[in-house]
Amino acid sequence: MSGVAQARSSGRMQRLWCVLRDVAARPSGAVGLSLVGFHILLAALGPWLVPYDTGAMSSGEMLETPSMAHWMGTDHLGRDIASRVMLGGREALIVTGLATPLAMLWGGFTGLALGLAGGRIDEAMMRIVDAFLSLPGILILLVLVMTFGTSNAVLVPTLGFLFGIPVIRVARAATHEVIARDFVAAARARGHGAMTIIAVELLPNVRDTLMVEGAMRWSWMLLAFSSLSFLGFGVAPPTPDWGLMIADGRIYMSLALWGVLGPVIALSSLIVGINLAADALAKSLGIDRARKAVI
Amino acid sequence: MLTLLLRRLVLGAITVVIVSLLIFAGVEALPGDACTAFLEREAQGALLEKCRVDLGLDRSAFTRYLEWAGGAVRGDFGMSAGGTERIATLVTDRLKNSALLAACALAVGVPLAILLGVITGLWRDRPVDLILSTSAILAMTIPEFVSATVLILIFSVWLRWIPGIVVAPADYPISAFFPEIILPIIVLSMVMTAHILRMVRSSVIEVMASDFVQMATLKGVPYWQVVFRHALPSALLPAINVVALTVAWLLGGVVVIEVVFNYPGMGRMMIDAISDRDLPVVQAITLIVAVTYVGVNLTADILTMLLNPRLRTYHMRRR
Repeated sequence: MSGVAQARSSGRMQRLWCVLRDVAARPSGAVGLSLVGFHILLAALGPWLVPYDTGAMSSGEMLETPSMAHWMGTDHLGRDIASRVMLGGREALIVTGLATPLAMLWGGFTGLALGLAGGRIDEAMMRIVDAFLSLPGILILLVLVMTFGTSNAVLVPTLGFLFGIPVIRVARAATHEVIARDFVAAARARGHGAMTIIAVELLPNVRDTLMVEGAMRWSWMLLAFSSLSFLGFGVAPPTPDWGLMIADGRIYMSLALWGVLGPVIALSSLIVGINLAADALAKSLGIDRARKAVI
Repeated sequence: MLTLLLRRLVLGAITVVIVSLLIFAGVEALPGDACTAFLEREAQGALLEKCRVDLGLDRSAFTRYLEWAGGAVRGDFGMSAGGTERIATLVTDRLKNSALLAACALAVGVPLAILLGVITGLWRDRPVDLILSTSAILAMTIPEFVSATVLILIFSVWLRWIPGIVVAPADYPISAFFPEIILPIIVLSMVMTAHILRMVRSSVIEVMASDFVQMATLKGVPYWQVVFRHALPSALLPAINVVALTVAWLLGGVVVIEVVFNYPGMGRMMIDAISDRDLPVVQAITLIVAVTYVGVNLTADILTMLLNPRLRTYHMRRR
């Protein structure tokens, strides 16, 4: 904690480093960061590590038990499960890795701008935000995916847009806490423009809240992405994906347990890892994360 | 106080109107309409024109919005895309089933969450808190289809205690869904318990550190009396809003669980409607879920206002 406080006055990168060290020093943070790091490494290096081609089917080796050759067994099409589990998070990480920053950028900026603007524009826009929040997100996602397809060019902007809407609220609320303070009034009196005030006065003060929010949004987005795949509306086969593998493996669960076990452990460990890290981050930055729980 | 309540009601009503506009405009913006879906490949030329005139799709979007919204207010959502069944009758059974699932999950989850939340809050950072808080993170982050799959594996495949899927159709009486409904209830209440628990825990910690609790302790009030008489009433107040969010989520967001367990509720109806491109049904369900969300949140806000004297005077002073 003291490390973070000391760093507050020094450079930005240095502070980020301090926060990261502080997160890693907490047990939950250390576990979380290593899980996330492991998954990112695996997704990045996976294509060079996998023992088999993930699409290679073999009719003679269907639903085989784990062995030396296939150490997680094979699925109902005779594909090597270990290889598919290793690459099953790639699509999810690529899509959410692009869509999360997108959501944070547009949601964060809109929230800051609305909080600063206040008045009627703010009031009217917040009614629209409320309306969007009352719609079931997965439904909008499903309708858009059914209409425009499941390519990443559709998924990234769609997820980015939808998950940015709750960020507007958080950023706006955080702005309201800052805006009443003297330095914003001083900046206004100096005649600074709205953009300058956002960048220089507001952003440094709401950055911590947004960082924690971003980590949480990332995990919700991963959840939505794999749910979509599980329901058969996400990643198209034969691309390996954990959600899809669990959906497929479920049917043969009583015969071949290992078909679901691998993807279940992989997906859970990534999402739990992100949340443990986010929790430690929130504690390091002194933000009460439970208060911001949004289902 | 009264103006405050009225203001909140008006805001809720405005949100509902905006939601209905959003839903209508959203479906309008999608390529294709009821006629292209109904006629499929023959949707061209005179046939398409005739169908559009028959269904009234040639009128302006605004007229059709008024007609749709007017019908929805009276509980009439029109016909499904196939043109054979009234959406209102289809939805009623599903709504009843979803409400059953939600009610059971709430009955299990809310008391459990409050109990565990108070325990973790009072014994903060002790082993019991660490174990429960970590389990809560696990319960609320592991995807529902994953925990559902694991539960089916354990209780249906290995132990053979409870069937893994619901086989009764939507219009069967409530008793037909037992005991199959137990597993979905467990999965749902696990997730919501985790969310409410975390909220209650953080709220209990805050209130126990507050001035009036310290004051009561210093006065010599016994510990458990401080907890039950002084701390808990204000600590549990914020839980109302989380429970409201959970109720809305239970009615609309449980698509995945209903699919996993083959449960005939609103969520599965939604998936089926989207697969069949049955846009009128999609519209109707979205509206119902959205209005429920707004309504439940409104109720929670009003309840909090009524139960919390501080909030009441705070708002009065501000005006």
